[in-house]
Amino acid sequence: MKNLKIVLGFAFIAVSFAVNAQDNAGLKLPNGFKATLFANGIGSARHIAITPNGVLFAKLMYPNKGGNSIIRMEDKNNDGIADEVSGWGKYGGTGIFIKGKNLYATSDNDVFMYQLNDKDEVENTASPKTIVKGLIARNQHASKSITLDGQGNIYVNIGAYSNACQEKDRMPGSKGMMPCPILDSAGGIWKFDGQKENQVYGDGKRYATGLRNVVGLDWNKQTNSLFVMQHGRDQLNSFYPTLYNDAQNAELPAETMYEMHEGDNAGWPYIYYDPYQKKKILSPEYGGDGKKEGGENAIDPTVFFPAHMAPNALLFYTGNQFPEKYKNGAFIAFHGSWNRAPLPQEGYFVAFVPFKNGKPSGAWEIFANGFSGLTGEDKVTNPRKAKARPCGLAQGPDGSLYVSDDSNGSIFKISYSK
Amino acid sequence: MHYIKFLAVFFLIVGIKTNLSAQDLLKGKKIYETRCLVCHQADGGGVPNMNAPLDGASNVVGKDIARMVRIIKKGYNEKVALDGFYYSNAMTANPDLSDEDIANVLTYIRGSWSNKAGKVSLAQVKAAKSKSH
Ligand code: HEC
Repeated sequence: MKNLKIVLGFAFIAVSFAVNAQDNAGLKLPNGFKATLFANGIGSARHIAITPNGVLFAKLMYPNKGGNSIIRMEDKNNDGIADEVSGWGKYGGTGIFIKGKNLYATSDNDVFMYQLNDKDEVENTASPKTIVKGLIARNQHASKSITLDGQGNIYVNIGAYSNACQEKDRMPGSKGMMPCPILDSAGGIWKFDGQKENQVYGDGKRYATGLRNVVGLDWNKQTNSLFVMQHGRDQLNSFYPTLYNDAQNAELPAETMYEMHEGDNAGWPYIYYDPYQKKKILSPEYGGDGKKEGGENAIDPTVFFPAHMAPNALLFYTGNQFPEKYKNGAFIAFHGSWNRAPLPQEGYFVAFVPFKNGKPSGAWEIFANGFSGLTGEDKVTNPRKAKARPCGLAQGPDGSLYVSDDSNGSIFKISYSK
Repeated sequence: MHYIKFLAVFFLIVGIKTNLSAQDLLKGKKIYETRCLVCHQADGGGVPNMNAPLDGASNVVGKDIARMVRIIKKGYNEKVALDGFYYSNAMTANPDLSDEDIANVLTYIRGSWSNKAGKVSLAQVKAAKSKSH
Protein backbone atom coordinates (compact mmCIF):
# COMPACT_ATOMS: atom_id res chain seq x y z
CA MET A 1 0.00 0.00 0.00
CA LYS A 2 2.68 2.38 1.03
CA ASN A 3 4.69 1.53 -2.07
CA LEU A 4 1.71 2.19 -4.24
CA LYS A 5 1.33 5.57 -2.65
CA ILE A 6 4.96 6.39 -3.32
CA VAL A 7 4.71 5.24 -6.90
CA LEU A 8 1.56 7.26 -7.37
CA GLY A 9 3.27 10.21 -5.77
CA PHE A 10 6.16 9.99 -8.21
CA ALA A 11 3.80 9.55 -11.10
CA PHE A 12 1.96 12.65 -9.99
CA ILE A 13 5.16 14.66 -9.73
CA ALA A 14 6.29 13.41 -13.13
CA VAL A 15 2.96 14.34 -14.69
CA SER A 16 2.90 17.77 -13.09
CA PHE A 17 6.43 18.43 -14.33
CA ALA A 18 5.44 17.38 -17.79
CA VAL A 19 2.34 19.56 -17.67
CA ASN A 20 4.41 22.40 -16.34
CA ALA A 21 6.94 22.18 -19.12
CA GLN A 22 4.21 22.00 -21.72
CA ASP A 23 2.10 24.86 -20.50
CA ASN A 24 4.91 27.34 -19.81
CA ALA A 25 4.25 27.31 -16.08
CA GLY A 26 0.76 28.61 -16.82
CA LEU A 27 1.93 31.73 -18.68
CA LYS A 28 0.78 33.03 -22.02
CA LEU A 29 3.76 34.16 -24.06
CA PRO A 30 4.50 35.36 -27.61
CA ASN A 31 5.50 32.72 -30.17
CA GLY A 32 8.89 31.16 -29.63
CA PHE A 33 9.02 31.99 -25.91
CA LYS A 34 8.95 29.34 -23.22
CA ALA A 35 8.73 29.54 -19.46
CA THR A 36 9.72 27.30 -16.59
CA LEU A 37 8.83 27.57 -12.94
CA PHE A 38 12.34 28.32 -11.73
CA ALA A 39 11.34 28.27 -8.06
CA ASN A 40 8.13 28.08 -6.09
CA GLY A 41 6.93 28.82 -2.57
CA ILE A 42 10.06 30.72 -1.56
CA GLY A 43 8.04 33.47 0.23
CA SER A 44 6.87 36.98 -0.66
CA ALA A 45 9.45 37.54 -3.42
CA ARG A 46 9.64 41.24 -4.24
CA HIS A 47 12.66 42.30 -6.34
CA ILE A 48 15.25 39.92 -7.76
CA ALA A 49 18.85 40.27 -8.96
CA ILE A 50 21.18 37.89 -10.76
CA THR A 51 24.95 37.49 -10.95
CA PRO A 52 26.93 37.08 -14.19
CA ASN A 53 27.15 33.37 -13.28
CA GLY A 54 23.36 33.07 -13.13
CA VAL A 55 22.88 32.86 -9.37
CA LEU A 56 19.56 34.51 -8.53
CA PHE A 57 18.74 36.38 -5.32
CA ALA A 58 15.26 37.45 -4.18
CA LYS A 59 14.30 39.93 -1.46
CA LEU A 60 11.22 38.95 0.52
CA MET A 61 8.69 41.32 2.00
CA TYR A 62 8.56 39.18 5.15
CA PRO A 63 10.85 36.40 6.34
CA ASN A 64 9.49 33.11 4.93
CA LYS A 65 8.56 29.97 6.86
CA GLY A 66 12.24 29.13 7.18
CA GLY A 67 12.85 32.55 8.77
CA ASN A 68 14.82 33.97 5.85
CA SER A 69 14.21 37.17 3.90
CA ILE A 70 16.95 36.98 1.25
CA ILE A 71 16.86 33.85 -0.91
CA ARG A 72 19.73 32.52 -3.04
CA MET A 73 18.81 30.23 -5.94
CA GLU A 74 21.12 28.33 -8.23
CA ASP A 75 20.28 26.10 -11.20
CA LYS A 76 23.34 23.84 -11.28
CA ASN A 77 22.14 21.36 -13.90
CA ASN A 78 20.80 24.14 -16.07
CA ASP A 79 17.31 22.74 -16.59
CA GLY A 80 15.49 25.99 -15.86
CA ILE A 81 14.63 24.98 -12.30
CA ALA A 82 16.64 26.05 -9.27
CA ASP A 83 18.13 23.02 -7.55
CA GLU A 84 19.91 24.79 -4.71
CA VAL A 85 17.86 27.16 -2.59
CA SER A 86 19.14 28.75 0.61
CA GLY A 87 18.63 32.00 2.48
CA TRP A 88 19.32 34.33 5.36
CA GLY A 89 18.21 37.70 6.74
CA LYS A 90 15.52 38.59 9.24
CA TYR A 91 14.33 41.92 7.83
CA GLY A 92 11.57 42.27 5.26
CA GLY A 93 11.95 44.60 2.31
CA THR A 94 11.72 45.02 -1.45
CA GLY A 95 14.99 46.22 -2.98
CA ILE A 96 17.87 44.04 -4.14
CA PHE A 97 20.62 44.83 -6.64
CA ILE A 98 23.95 43.36 -7.69
CA LYS A 99 26.90 45.44 -8.87
CA GLY A 100 30.11 43.51 -9.37
CA LYS A 101 30.62 41.48 -6.21
CA ASN A 102 28.42 43.75 -4.10
CA LEU A 103 24.92 42.59 -3.24
CA TYR A 104 22.64 45.38 -2.01
CA ALA A 105 19.39 44.68 -0.14
CA THR A 106 16.93 47.00 1.56
CA SER A 107 14.67 47.07 4.57
CA ASP A 108 12.02 49.81 4.68
CA ASN A 109 14.51 52.11 6.46
CA ASP A 110 17.97 51.04 5.34
CA VAL A 111 20.22 49.89 2.52
CA PHE A 112 22.66 47.08 3.31
CA MET A 113 25.58 45.69 1.31
CA TYR A 114 26.89 42.12 1.29
CA GLN A 115 30.00 40.71 -0.33
CA LEU A 116 29.77 37.86 -2.86
CA ASN A 117 32.64 35.37 -2.99
CA ASP A 118 33.88 33.70 -6.19
CA LYS A 119 31.05 31.16 -5.99
CA ASP A 120 28.51 33.98 -5.62
CA GLU A 121 27.86 33.02 -2.03
CA VAL A 122 27.56 35.47 0.82
CA GLU A 123 29.78 34.67 3.78
CA ASN A 124 29.05 37.69 5.96
CA THR A 125 25.30 37.12 6.08
CA ALA A 126 25.08 38.36 9.67
CA SER A 127 27.21 41.47 9.23
CA PRO A 128 26.44 43.43 6.08
CA LYS A 129 27.71 46.98 5.74
CA THR A 130 25.02 49.59 6.34
CA ILE A 131 25.20 51.96 3.37
CA VAL A 132 22.17 54.14 4.13
CA LYS A 133 20.08 54.25 7.30
CA GLY A 134 17.18 56.09 8.88
CA LEU A 135 15.04 56.63 5.79
CA ILE A 136 11.40 57.50 6.31
CA ALA A 137 8.98 54.57 6.35
CA ARG A 138 5.47 55.36 7.52
CA ASN A 139 3.48 52.34 6.48
CA GLN A 140 2.16 53.68 3.15
CA HIS A 141 4.65 53.33 0.28
CA ALA A 142 7.38 52.38 2.72
CA SER A 143 9.29 49.92 0.54
CA LYS A 144 12.69 51.00 -0.77
CA SER A 145 13.67 50.09 -4.31
CA ILE A 146 17.20 50.62 -5.55
CA THR A 147 19.34 50.76 -8.66
CA LEU A 148 22.93 51.83 -9.37
CA ASP A 149 24.42 53.84 -12.23
CA GLY A 150 27.79 53.22 -13.87
CA GLN A 151 29.54 55.66 -11.53
CA GLY A 152 29.03 53.91 -8.22
CA ASN A 153 25.99 55.91 -7.12
CA ILE A 154 22.94 54.24 -5.66
CA TYR A 155 19.41 55.59 -6.26
CA VAL A 156 16.79 54.89 -3.61
CA ASN A 157 13.07 55.44 -3.92
CA ILE A 158 11.50 57.04 -0.87
CA GLY A 159 7.74 56.83 -1.36
CA ALA A 160 5.32 59.47 -0.07
CA TYR A 161 3.48 58.36 3.05
CA SER A 162 0.27 59.79 1.66
CA ASN A 163 -2.16 59.51 -1.24
CA ALA A 164 -2.42 63.13 -2.34
CA CYS A 165 -0.68 65.16 0.39
CA GLN A 166 -3.94 66.22 2.01
CA GLU A 167 -3.83 67.93 5.41
CA LYS A 168 -5.45 64.72 6.65
CA ASP A 169 -4.53 61.79 4.45
CA ARG A 170 -7.49 60.16 2.72
CA MET A 171 -9.97 62.34 4.62
CA PRO A 172 -12.84 63.41 2.35
CA GLY A 173 -12.77 67.17 1.80
CA SER A 174 -9.33 67.67 3.33
CA LYS A 175 -7.26 70.11 1.25
CA GLY A 176 -3.87 69.48 -0.33
CA MET A 177 -1.00 71.08 1.58
CA MET A 178 0.80 73.90 -0.26
CA PRO A 179 3.68 73.38 -0.59
CA CYS A 180 3.56 69.67 0.15
CA PRO A 181 5.95 69.19 3.12
CA ILE A 182 6.31 65.47 2.44
CA LEU A 183 8.48 66.26 -0.57
CA ASP A 184 11.36 67.36 1.70
CA SER A 185 12.01 63.82 2.85
CA ALA A 186 9.96 61.53 0.58
CA GLY A 187 8.01 61.43 -2.67
CA GLY A 188 11.15 61.18 -4.78
CA ILE A 189 14.42 59.44 -5.61
CA TRP A 190 17.46 60.04 -3.42
CA LYS A 191 21.04 59.55 -4.59
CA PHE A 192 23.78 58.20 -2.30
CA ASP A 193 27.32 56.94 -2.61
CA GLY A 194 27.21 53.20 -3.31
CA GLN A 195 30.16 52.38 -1.02
CA LYS A 196 30.22 54.88 1.86
CA GLU A 197 28.88 53.47 5.10
CA ASN A 198 26.21 54.84 7.45
CA GLN A 199 24.91 57.58 5.21
CA VAL A 200 21.80 59.46 6.31
CA TYR A 201 19.58 61.97 4.48
CA GLY A 202 22.18 64.71 4.83
CA ASP A 203 24.82 62.66 2.99
CA GLY A 204 22.56 62.06 0.03
CA LYS A 205 20.75 64.31 -2.34
CA ARG A 206 17.18 64.51 -3.55
CA TYR A 207 17.81 63.51 -7.16
CA ALA A 208 14.26 63.73 -8.49
CA THR A 209 10.96 64.71 -6.89
CA GLY A 210 7.19 64.77 -7.39
CA LEU A 211 6.87 60.98 -7.43
CA ARG A 212 4.12 59.56 -5.24
CA ASN A 213 5.62 56.10 -5.10
CA VAL A 214 8.08 54.26 -7.28
CA VAL A 215 8.69 50.55 -6.95
CA GLY A 216 10.15 49.80 -10.40
CA LEU A 217 13.21 51.73 -11.52
CA ASP A 218 16.21 51.03 -13.75
CA TRP A 219 19.33 52.80 -14.94
CA ASN A 220 19.23 52.82 -18.74
CA LYS A 221 22.76 52.18 -19.99
CA GLN A 222 22.00 53.42 -23.49
CA THR A 223 20.75 56.83 -22.43
CA ASN A 224 22.84 56.79 -19.25
CA SER A 225 19.84 58.01 -17.27
CA LEU A 226 17.35 56.91 -14.64
CA PHE A 227 13.88 55.66 -15.60
CA VAL A 228 11.14 55.13 -13.03
CA MET A 229 7.57 53.82 -12.96
CA GLN A 230 5.19 55.78 -10.74
CA HIS A 231 2.18 54.37 -8.92
CA GLY A 232 -0.57 56.92 -9.54
CA ARG A 233 -2.92 58.19 -6.87
CA ASP A 234 -6.09 56.45 -5.67
CA GLN A 235 -9.71 57.23 -4.95
CA LEU A 236 -10.64 60.20 -7.14
CA ASN A 237 -14.28 59.08 -7.04
CA SER A 238 -14.40 58.37 -3.28
CA PHE A 239 -13.39 61.93 -2.45
CA TYR A 240 -14.84 63.80 -5.41
CA PRO A 241 -17.93 61.88 -6.50
CA THR A 242 -19.33 64.92 -8.30
CA LEU A 243 -16.22 65.17 -10.50
CA TYR A 244 -15.45 61.48 -11.07
CA ASN A 245 -17.68 58.43 -11.36
CA ASP A 246 -16.62 54.80 -10.80
CA ALA A 247 -15.72 54.30 -14.46
CA GLN A 248 -13.57 57.43 -14.54
CA ASN A 249 -11.85 56.45 -11.31
CA ALA A 250 -11.01 53.10 -12.84
CA GLU A 251 -9.16 54.84 -15.69
CA LEU A 252 -7.60 57.81 -13.89
CA PRO A 253 -4.84 58.63 -13.52
CA ALA A 254 -2.46 56.84 -15.87
CA GLU A 255 0.40 54.79 -14.50
CA THR A 256 3.44 56.64 -15.81
CA MET A 257 7.04 56.02 -16.83
CA TYR A 258 9.45 58.95 -16.51
CA GLU A 259 13.02 59.51 -17.57
CA MET A 260 14.38 61.52 -14.67
CA HIS A 261 17.47 63.68 -14.81
CA GLU A 262 18.89 65.36 -11.77
CA GLY A 263 16.44 67.97 -10.43
CA ASP A 264 13.45 66.74 -12.43
CA ASN A 265 9.96 66.95 -10.96
CA ALA A 266 7.11 64.64 -11.99
CA GLY A 267 4.42 66.82 -10.39
CA TRP A 268 2.89 64.80 -7.52
CA PRO A 269 0.82 65.76 -5.56
CA TYR A 270 -0.26 68.88 -7.45
CA ILE A 271 -1.13 67.11 -10.70
CA TYR A 272 -1.95 63.71 -12.15
CA TYR A 273 -1.65 62.51 -15.72
CA ASP A 274 -4.89 61.99 -17.65
CA PRO A 275 -4.38 59.37 -20.40
CA TYR A 276 -7.39 60.54 -22.43
CA GLN A 277 -6.74 64.27 -22.47
CA LYS A 278 -3.00 63.48 -22.52
CA LYS A 279 -2.44 66.31 -20.09
CA LYS A 280 -1.22 67.05 -16.60
CA ILE A 281 -4.42 67.79 -14.70
CA LEU A 282 -4.58 69.78 -11.47
CA SER A 283 -5.44 67.49 -8.54
CA PRO A 284 -8.87 68.14 -7.02
CA GLU A 285 -7.21 68.53 -3.60
CA TYR A 286 -5.48 71.59 -5.13
CA GLY A 287 -8.54 73.10 -6.75
CA GLY A 288 -8.72 70.94 -9.88
CA ASP A 289 -11.98 70.03 -11.60
CA GLY A 290 -10.82 67.23 -13.88
CA LYS A 291 -10.02 69.70 -16.69
CA LYS A 292 -7.83 72.50 -15.34
CA GLU A 293 -4.21 71.86 -16.24
CA GLY A 294 -1.27 72.26 -13.92
CA GLY A 295 2.31 71.27 -13.37
CA GLU A 296 4.10 73.90 -15.47
CA ASN A 297 7.39 72.80 -13.92
CA ALA A 298 6.68 69.11 -14.12
CA ILE A 299 7.98 66.83 -16.84
CA ASP A 300 5.76 64.72 -19.10
CA PRO A 301 5.75 60.93 -18.92
CA THR A 302 7.86 58.95 -21.39
CA VAL A 303 5.13 56.31 -21.64
CA PHE A 304 1.76 56.00 -19.93
CA PHE A 305 -0.36 52.95 -19.13
CA PRO A 306 -3.90 52.24 -17.88
CA ALA A 307 -4.61 53.29 -14.31
CA HIS A 308 -3.88 51.46 -11.05
CA MET A 309 -2.05 48.47 -12.55
CA ALA A 310 0.79 48.95 -10.04
CA PRO A 311 4.09 48.78 -11.95
CA ASN A 312 6.45 47.06 -9.50
CA ALA A 313 9.50 46.46 -11.67
CA LEU A 314 11.20 48.03 -14.69
CA LEU A 315 13.99 46.45 -16.73
CA PHE A 316 15.69 47.60 -19.91
CA TYR A 317 16.57 44.51 -21.90
CA THR A 318 20.19 44.41 -23.04
CA GLY A 319 20.43 40.68 -23.78
CA ASN A 320 21.00 38.95 -27.11
CA GLN A 321 18.70 35.97 -26.66
CA PHE A 322 15.35 37.64 -27.43
CA PRO A 323 14.48 38.80 -30.99
CA GLU A 324 15.88 42.14 -32.18
CA LYS A 325 12.64 44.01 -31.37
CA TYR A 326 13.25 43.55 -27.65
CA LYS A 327 16.78 44.97 -27.60
CA ASN A 328 17.00 48.03 -25.33
CA GLY A 329 13.24 47.98 -24.80
CA ALA A 330 11.52 48.15 -21.42
CA PHE A 331 9.85 45.30 -19.57
CA ILE A 332 7.45 46.30 -16.82
CA ALA A 333 6.01 43.93 -14.21
CA PHE A 334 2.48 45.04 -13.33
CA HIS A 335 1.58 43.72 -9.88
CA GLY A 336 -2.13 44.17 -10.69
CA SER A 337 -4.79 46.64 -9.61
CA TRP A 338 -7.24 46.64 -6.70
CA ASN A 339 -8.63 50.16 -6.82
CA ARG A 340 -10.43 49.84 -10.14
CA ALA A 341 -13.18 48.11 -8.11
CA PRO A 342 -16.13 47.83 -8.61
CA LEU A 343 -14.89 47.56 -12.21
CA PRO A 344 -12.76 44.57 -13.25
CA GLN A 345 -9.15 44.60 -12.12
CA GLU A 346 -6.27 45.00 -14.57
CA GLY A 347 -2.59 44.19 -14.75
CA TYR A 348 -1.16 40.97 -13.33
CA PHE A 349 1.09 40.78 -16.40
CA VAL A 350 4.49 41.76 -17.75
CA ALA A 351 4.32 44.45 -20.42
CA PHE A 352 6.85 45.48 -23.04
CA VAL A 353 7.62 48.85 -24.66
CA PRO A 354 10.00 48.91 -27.65
CA PHE A 355 12.71 51.61 -27.51
CA LYS A 356 14.98 53.04 -30.20
CA ASN A 357 17.81 55.42 -29.37
CA GLY A 358 16.51 55.82 -25.86
CA LYS A 359 12.96 56.77 -26.85
CA PRO A 360 9.83 54.63 -27.08
CA SER A 361 9.43 53.48 -30.70
CA GLY A 362 6.01 51.86 -30.54
CA ALA A 363 2.95 51.15 -28.42
CA TRP A 364 3.20 49.08 -25.24
CA GLU A 365 2.00 45.50 -25.38
CA ILE A 366 1.38 42.61 -23.01
CA PHE A 367 4.41 40.32 -23.09
CA ALA A 368 3.62 37.66 -20.48
CA ASN A 369 0.15 37.10 -19.08
CA GLY A 370 -1.77 34.51 -17.08
CA PHE A 371 0.01 35.04 -13.74
CA SER A 372 -3.23 35.45 -11.78
CA GLY A 373 -4.79 32.26 -13.12
CA LEU A 374 -8.08 34.19 -12.99
CA THR A 375 -10.42 34.90 -15.83
CA GLY A 376 -13.95 36.24 -16.26
CA GLU A 377 -16.01 36.74 -13.12
CA ASP A 378 -13.26 35.65 -10.79
CA LYS A 379 -10.96 38.35 -12.04
CA VAL A 380 -13.61 40.88 -11.09
CA THR A 381 -13.94 39.83 -7.51
CA ASN A 382 -10.60 39.88 -5.90
CA PRO A 383 -6.84 40.29 -5.95
CA ARG A 384 -6.45 37.88 -3.03
CA LYS A 385 -7.38 35.04 -5.34
CA ALA A 386 -4.59 35.82 -7.81
CA LYS A 387 -2.23 32.86 -7.98
CA ALA A 388 0.78 35.00 -8.80
CA ARG A 389 1.42 38.75 -8.88
CA PRO A 390 4.45 39.88 -10.93
CA CYS A 391 6.71 42.01 -8.78
CA GLY A 392 10.36 41.78 -9.82
CA LEU A 393 12.41 41.35 -13.01
CA ALA A 394 15.97 40.26 -13.73
CA GLN A 395 17.89 39.50 -16.89
CA GLY A 396 20.01 36.36 -16.77
CA PRO A 397 23.52 36.16 -18.26
CA ASP A 398 22.11 34.12 -21.17
CA GLY A 399 19.47 36.77 -21.87
CA SER A 400 16.55 34.95 -20.22
CA LEU A 401 14.06 37.05 -18.29
CA TYR A 402 13.15 36.14 -14.70
CA VAL A 403 9.90 37.29 -13.10
CA SER A 404 9.22 37.07 -9.36
CA ASP A 405 5.84 36.83 -7.65
CA ASP A 406 5.17 37.94 -4.08
CA SER A 407 1.90 36.12 -3.57
CA ASN A 408 3.01 32.49 -3.87
CA GLY A 409 6.74 33.03 -4.06
CA SER A 410 7.19 31.79 -7.61
CA ILE A 411 10.05 32.67 -9.92
CA PHE A 412 9.36 32.26 -13.63
CA LYS A 413 12.17 31.96 -16.15
CA ILE A 414 11.24 33.07 -19.67
CA SER A 415 13.49 32.13 -22.59
CA TYR A 416 13.39 32.35 -26.35
CA SER A 417 14.55 29.95 -29.02
CA LYS A 418 13.92 30.02 -32.77
CA MET B 1 -36.39 37.95 -11.73
CA HIS B 2 -34.93 34.59 -10.80
CA TYR B 3 -31.90 36.44 -9.62
CA ILE B 4 -33.96 38.60 -7.28
CA LYS B 5 -35.81 35.57 -5.95
CA PHE B 6 -32.53 33.89 -5.35
CA LEU B 7 -31.20 36.92 -3.53
CA ALA B 8 -34.34 37.13 -1.39
CA VAL B 9 -34.07 33.49 -0.42
CA PHE B 10 -30.38 33.92 0.21
CA PHE B 11 -30.89 36.87 2.53
CA LEU B 12 -33.75 35.07 4.24
CA ILE B 13 -31.49 32.14 5.01
CA VAL B 14 -28.66 34.38 6.15
CA GLY B 15 -31.16 36.39 8.16
CA ILE B 16 -32.60 33.38 9.95
CA LYS B 17 -29.19 31.98 10.68
CA THR B 18 -27.81 35.12 12.27
CA ASN B 19 -30.92 36.99 13.33
CA LEU B 20 -30.35 39.72 10.79
CA SER B 21 -33.14 41.18 8.79
CA ALA B 22 -32.62 41.37 5.06
CA GLN B 23 -33.27 45.09 5.37
CA ASP B 24 -30.37 45.72 7.71
CA LEU B 25 -28.07 43.87 5.39
CA LEU B 26 -29.25 45.75 2.33
CA LYS B 27 -28.81 49.14 3.96
CA GLY B 28 -25.34 48.19 5.09
CA LYS B 29 -24.50 46.73 1.71
CA LYS B 30 -25.21 50.02 0.00
CA ILE B 31 -22.83 51.88 2.29
CA TYR B 32 -20.26 49.14 1.86
CA GLU B 33 -20.42 49.41 -1.91
CA THR B 34 -20.01 53.16 -2.04
CA ARG B 35 -17.42 53.57 0.73
CA CYS B 36 -15.58 50.36 1.50
CA LEU B 37 -15.63 48.05 -1.50
CA VAL B 38 -12.87 49.88 -3.36
CA CYS B 39 -10.37 48.74 -0.73
CA HIS B 40 -11.91 45.73 0.97
CA GLN B 41 -13.22 44.35 -2.37
CA ALA B 42 -16.53 42.75 -3.33
CA ASP B 43 -15.78 39.51 -1.53
CA GLY B 44 -14.50 41.24 1.62
CA GLY B 45 -11.11 39.68 0.96
CA GLY B 46 -9.12 42.92 0.94
CA VAL B 47 -5.80 43.15 -0.92
CA PRO B 48 -2.81 41.15 0.36
CA ASN B 49 -0.34 43.32 2.31
CA MET B 50 -2.33 46.42 1.45
CA ASN B 51 -5.96 46.45 2.63
CA ALA B 52 -7.05 44.18 5.48
CA PRO B 53 -9.63 41.49 4.73
CA LEU B 54 -12.96 41.77 6.52
CA ASP B 55 -14.14 38.31 5.51
CA GLY B 56 -12.87 35.88 8.11
CA ALA B 57 -11.21 38.61 10.20
CA SER B 58 -11.34 37.78 13.91
CA ASN B 59 -11.74 41.44 14.93
CA VAL B 60 -14.64 41.97 12.57
CA VAL B 61 -16.71 39.12 14.00
CA GLY B 62 -15.34 39.82 17.49
CA LYS B 63 -16.77 41.64 20.51
CA ASP B 64 -14.93 44.98 20.33
CA ILE B 65 -17.58 47.01 18.52
CA ALA B 66 -16.20 50.27 19.93
CA ARG B 67 -12.89 49.75 18.14
CA MET B 68 -14.61 49.24 14.80
CA VAL B 69 -16.85 52.27 15.26
CA ARG B 70 -13.73 54.31 15.92
CA ILE B 71 -11.92 52.87 12.86
CA ILE B 72 -14.84 53.65 10.56
CA LYS B 73 -15.31 57.21 11.92
CA LYS B 74 -11.67 58.21 12.14
CA GLY B 75 -9.88 56.04 9.62
CA TYR B 76 -7.07 53.66 10.46
CA ASN B 77 -3.34 53.55 9.75
CA GLU B 78 -1.31 51.67 12.31
CA LYS B 79 1.49 49.20 11.93
CA VAL B 80 -0.21 46.41 13.85
CA ALA B 81 -0.65 42.79 12.89
CA LEU B 82 -4.22 41.78 12.06
CA ASP B 83 -4.55 38.00 12.26
CA GLY B 84 -0.80 37.86 11.73
CA PHE B 85 -0.46 40.16 8.71
CA TYR B 86 0.36 43.83 8.19
CA TYR B 87 -1.48 46.19 5.86
CA SER B 88 0.29 49.20 4.42
CA ASN B 89 -2.57 51.30 3.13
CA ALA B 90 -4.31 54.01 5.16
CA MET B 91 -8.05 53.59 5.64
CA THR B 92 -10.27 56.54 4.79
CA ALA B 93 -12.12 58.26 7.65
CA ASN B 94 -15.91 58.55 7.45
CA PRO B 95 -16.73 61.47 9.77
CA ASP B 96 -20.01 62.11 7.97
CA LEU B 97 -21.60 58.67 8.48
CA SER B 98 -24.50 58.69 10.94
CA ASP B 99 -24.60 56.29 13.88
CA GLU B 100 -27.32 54.38 12.09
CA ASP B 101 -25.18 54.09 8.93
CA ILE B 102 -22.32 52.76 11.02
CA ALA B 103 -24.57 50.22 12.72
CA ASN B 104 -25.80 49.08 9.32
CA VAL B 105 -22.42 48.78 7.66
CA LEU B 106 -21.04 46.94 10.70
CA THR B 107 -24.03 44.63 10.61
CA TYR B 108 -23.31 44.03 6.93
CA ILE B 109 -19.61 43.22 7.28
CA ARG B 110 -20.22 41.00 10.32
CA GLY B 111 -22.90 39.01 8.51
CA SER B 112 -21.56 38.73 4.96
CA TRP B 113 -19.33 36.31 3.03
CA SER B 114 -18.28 33.66 5.55
CA ASN B 115 -18.88 35.97 8.55
CA LYS B 116 -21.76 34.93 10.79
CA ALA B 117 -21.60 37.41 13.69
CA GLY B 118 -24.63 39.20 15.07
CA LYS B 119 -26.26 42.50 14.24
CA VAL B 120 -24.90 45.75 15.63
CA SER B 121 -27.63 48.01 17.01
CA LEU B 122 -27.85 51.78 17.05
CA ALA B 123 -27.62 51.64 20.84
CA GLN B 124 -24.34 49.73 20.62
CA VAL B 125 -22.84 52.36 18.30
CA LYS B 126 -23.95 55.18 20.61
CA ALA B 127 -22.53 53.38 23.63
CA ALA B 128 -19.28 52.75 21.76
CA LYS B 129 -18.98 56.43 20.91
CA SER B 130 -19.41 57.59 24.47
CA LYS B 131 -16.72 55.13 25.55
CA SER B 132 -14.15 56.17 22.98
CA HIS B 133 -13.92 59.86 23.97
C1 HEC C 1 -8.57 53.40 1.38
C2 HEC C 1 -8.88 52.02 1.61
C3 HEC C 1 -9.95 51.64 2.61
C4 HEC C 1 -11.29 52.00 2.63
C5 HEC C 1 -12.02 52.89 1.63
C6 HEC C 1 -11.86 51.34 3.78
N1 HEC C 1 -10.91 50.63 4.45
FE1 HEC C 1 -11.19 49.52 6.15
N2 HEC C 1 -9.19 49.16 6.23
C7 HEC C 1 -8.26 49.56 5.30
C8 HEC C 1 -6.95 49.20 5.74
C9 HEC C 1 -5.65 49.49 4.99
C10 HEC C 1 -7.09 48.58 6.99
C11 HEC C 1 -5.96 48.09 7.90
C12 HEC C 1 -5.28 49.33 8.47
C13 HEC C 1 -4.08 49.07 9.32
O1 HEC C 1 -3.68 47.92 9.48
O2 HEC C 1 -3.52 50.05 9.80
C14 HEC C 1 -8.52 48.55 7.26
C15 HEC C 1 -9.10 47.99 8.40
C16 HEC C 1 -10.45 47.89 8.63
C17 HEC C 1 -11.06 47.23 9.76
C18 HEC C 1 -10.31 46.50 10.87
C19 HEC C 1 -10.08 45.06 10.46
C20 HEC C 1 -9.45 44.22 11.54
O3 HEC C 1 -9.15 43.04 11.23
O4 HEC C 1 -9.25 44.71 12.66
C21 HEC C 1 -12.41 47.36 9.61
C22 HEC C 1 -13.47 46.82 10.55
C23 HEC C 1 -12.64 48.10 8.40
N3 HEC C 1 -11.45 48.41 7.83
C24 HEC C 1 -13.89 48.43 7.91
C25 HEC C 1 -14.11 49.30 6.85
C26 HEC C 1 -15.41 49.79 6.47
C27 HEC C 1 -16.73 49.37 7.11
C28 HEC C 1 -15.22 50.65 5.44
C29 HEC C 1 -16.25 51.48 4.71
C30 HEC C 1 -17.07 52.35 5.54
C31 HEC C 1 -13.79 50.67 5.16
N4 HEC C 1 -13.17 49.85 6.03
C32 HEC C 1 -13.20 51.43 4.14
C33 HEC C 1 -8.53 50.21 4.10
C34 HEC C 1 -9.73 50.78 3.76
